[in-house]
Amino acid sequence: MSEAQTSLQDRQIDRSQMKVTDEVAIEISDMNKWYGTFHVLRDINLTVNRGERIVICGPSGSGKSTLIRCINALEEHQKGQIIVDGTTLSTDLKNIDKVRSEVGMVFQHFNLFPHLTILENCTLAPIWVRKVPKREAEETAMYFLEKVKIPEQAHKYPGQLSGGQQQRVAIARSLCMRPRIMLFDEPTSALDPEMIKEVLDTMIQLAEEGMTMLCVTHEMGFARQVANRVIFMDAGQIVEQNEPEPFFTNPQNDRTKLFLSQILGH
Amino acid sequence: MSKQSSVAFVRRDMIPPAPPPPGQAGVLRWMRENLFSSVTNTVLTILSIYFIWSVLASIMPWTLNGIWVAGSLTECREIRDARGIETAACWAVINERWLQLLFGFYPTDDVLLSGLFYAEPLAAAGGVEAVFGAGSNATDRIEFVGMMKGDLSNFTIFWFGYWRPLLAVALLVVAVAPILYSSLPRSLLFFSMLYPFIGVFLFWGGSIWGPMTVAMGLAAAFFIGRFVATRFGLLGGGIGAVIAFILIFLNPLPFIDHGGLFPLFPHAKDVLHSIIPFGLPAIPSDQFGGFMLAIIIGTSGIVLSLPIGILLALGRQSTMPFIRWVCVTFIEVIRGVPLIVWLFVASTLLKYFLPPGSSFDALLRVIILVTLFASAYIAEVVRGGLAALPTGQYEAADSLGLDYWKSMQLIVLPQALKISIPGIVNTFIGLFKDTTLVVFVGLRDPLGLTNAIRATGEWNGIYWELYIFVALLFFTFCFFMSRYSMYLERKLQTDRR
Ligand SMILES: Nc1ncnc2c1ncn2[C@@H]1O[C@H](COP(=O)(O)OP(=O)(O)OP(=O)(O)O)[C@@H](O)[C@H]1O
Ligand SMILES: [Mg+2]
Repeated sequence: MSEAQTSLQDRQIDRSQMKVTDEVAIEISDMNKWYGTFHVLRDINLTVNRGERIVICGPSGSGKSTLIRCINALEEHQKGQIIVDGTTLSTDLKNIDKVRSEVGMVFQHFNLFPHLTILENCTLAPIWVRKVPKREAEETAMYFLEKVKIPEQAHKYPGQLSGGQQQRVAIARSLCMRPRIMLFDEPTSALDPEMIKEVLDTMIQLAEEGMTMLCVTHEMGFARQVANRVIFMDAGQIVEQNEPEPFFTNPQNDRTKLFLSQILGH
Repeated sequence: MSKQSSVAFVRRDMIPPAPPPPGQAGVLRWMRENLFSSVTNTVLTILSIYFIWSVLASIMPWTLNGIWVAGSLTECREIRDARGIETAACWAVINERWLQLLFGFYPTDDVLLSGLFYAEPLAAAGGVEAVFGAGSNATDRIEFVGMMKGDLSNFTIFWFGYWRPLLAVALLVVAVAPILYSSLPRSLLFFSMLYPFIGVFLFWGGSIWGPMTVAMGLAAAFFIGRFVATRFGLLGGGIGAVIAFILIFLNPLPFIDHGGLFPLFPHAKDVLHSIIPFGLPAIPSDQFGGFMLAIIIGTSGIVLSLPIGILLALGRQSTMPFIRWVCVTFIEVIRGVPLIVWLFVASTLLKYFLPPGSSFDALLRVIILVTLFASAYIAEVVRGGLAALPTGQYEAADSLGLDYWKSMQLIVLPQALKISIPGIVNTFIGLFKDTTLVVFVGLRDPLGLTNAIRATGEWNGIYWELYIFVALLFFTFCFFMSRYSMYLERKLQTDRR
């Protein structure tokens, strides 16, 4: 992690497009979720404005993944309300598919489709969900593959790529749906240090273009430089949130302090 | 190295490749490494060689000394004794009766045969009309055909007398090829869709309008469903198609006079046939037999059981409890009872449940049951494949906004089926071999025909030769399936480097 941190510091971040607007992208109010009888998420209240870059951190099992998976309805919540881009998440399948096609998601283990080429991975959803003509979908896919710097891999299969390349394809695949919000669930934690950098670079590039992003990550370098807000979760609740600078230099809650000392200590 | 004055080294001449030292390559080395690498290995090798040799020593003389030309088993034995050989297979029975083992008592096209190869005796007997015409005498006809077949070679009868099943099987190969090999042009798939109707027409004969009206009815149900789907969504379309199917095929309103609107079937067929009469002589199912029967039941079962099995597997995973229960019950009940019991059920019990007077083709019954039986197994095999798929795949498909059917069709099933290929092909091979069980419900499968052949005076007492021939027929098909599955697995291997 420390290597990634130092290398990130070399990069000049262009903040001209990073603007937090007043428009609300995601609104979560009094949301609760249980797995059976286990209360995973407790009274979550969170408003994300368009253009925000939020980093969510916290100890293992604190419910970070569950929270962002609730936002695109991969998990169902039992109480409270989640409004994404003006659409209220309910059990109505139409709503869910609409939200999912507006919200991109990047997983820890990439979850590329191993039976399809990189290009097919990227064009599948635009063709079948958005009904984009194949040619146009391929052009879009190549545009984003170039953006994540692997256009030459387009005709390979995911199994032939390195972890970092796979994760960049996964990001490109999400971007091909032209999402307005991107969710990242520990996108770098399954990668070797030198690959972490290439994925983080891609994410920074996205942030520079003004994408609304929610990232679960322990890359504190990334949080410091890119995030406009850091959220700390523990035991299914939001324990502390602040701008990165005060969050790291002056945490208030004891759990936050403990967590930060553990994660930054070595 | 240690003697070198300097650590620096530069190669001036490249070393050309040289052959390995003797004993390091080729057969000897391979044998030493694989057959005689240790004492145990050597002992096992010698034992195996002895075993193989003793088996071959007892079988090969019998096989290779086999007598190919003889009129009966007694003749075979005489020839053997005259040659002074101890054992000899009597392949003559195959030579004489292979047509029967392939086609059972499926009738030959005698009109064509006599016209092509027996023209003079036919003219002498009074021409086609006198021998095969409506007013002809059955005894004379049988005698004439018997004489003709005695004079013609089995190969002539094979190619020309059985042209209908042969053409049907040849076209089956054409229809199946584009499904098996994706390098063939996709437009051939259209023929694959038409094939079931062509095949039925060639095998069963009758008016061409029979299969044609069924095809048109199915197409109508499909397009009605598609039309409804544009208005009321996928589910509405499905229901629309089912309703259209029932209206067209099943006469849901029996109290309405048959001359009325329902059923559109079979009156449509009669009307069409009266306008354009075209057809082949009808051959009822009870005359089907031989290996042809195994092919018909086997391929229909295989083609139909795969989609049904996949739907059952998906249904078993469904979040809707009712669908899940129905699928689980179906799978468990079908799987929990031996196929032979189901076949008896099909041949006897079904009669009591069907309305009196309605006849239900015996072969069709067997095909339906074999299909259902195999689909229960396929469902379980596919379920294994679905379960082996990481949940991340489902989640990635969901997160891209693919709906259930699209994510199944594009993401989940291609991968789950790939994992399940060995199990699916295993089930298919089992199904294909199980077609011999239909002998118990009165269909003449190849094994049943060996009994029929043995019942004749000439071949009374002959066993091995017939069974070996039947075994080879089945083995050829099953071996192809097994090889094909290996080819497919290799071809679809994209997840490894
Ligand atoms: N499908 C599930 N069924 C039951 N419990 C679950 C399920 N998924 C997660 N949990 C539990 O919910 C809690 C929160 O899980 P979650 O994956 O959100 O944690 P996390 O903060 O993402 O942790 P990590 O940093 O390890 O990824 C954990 O205690 C976990 O054991
Ligand atoms: Mg997690």
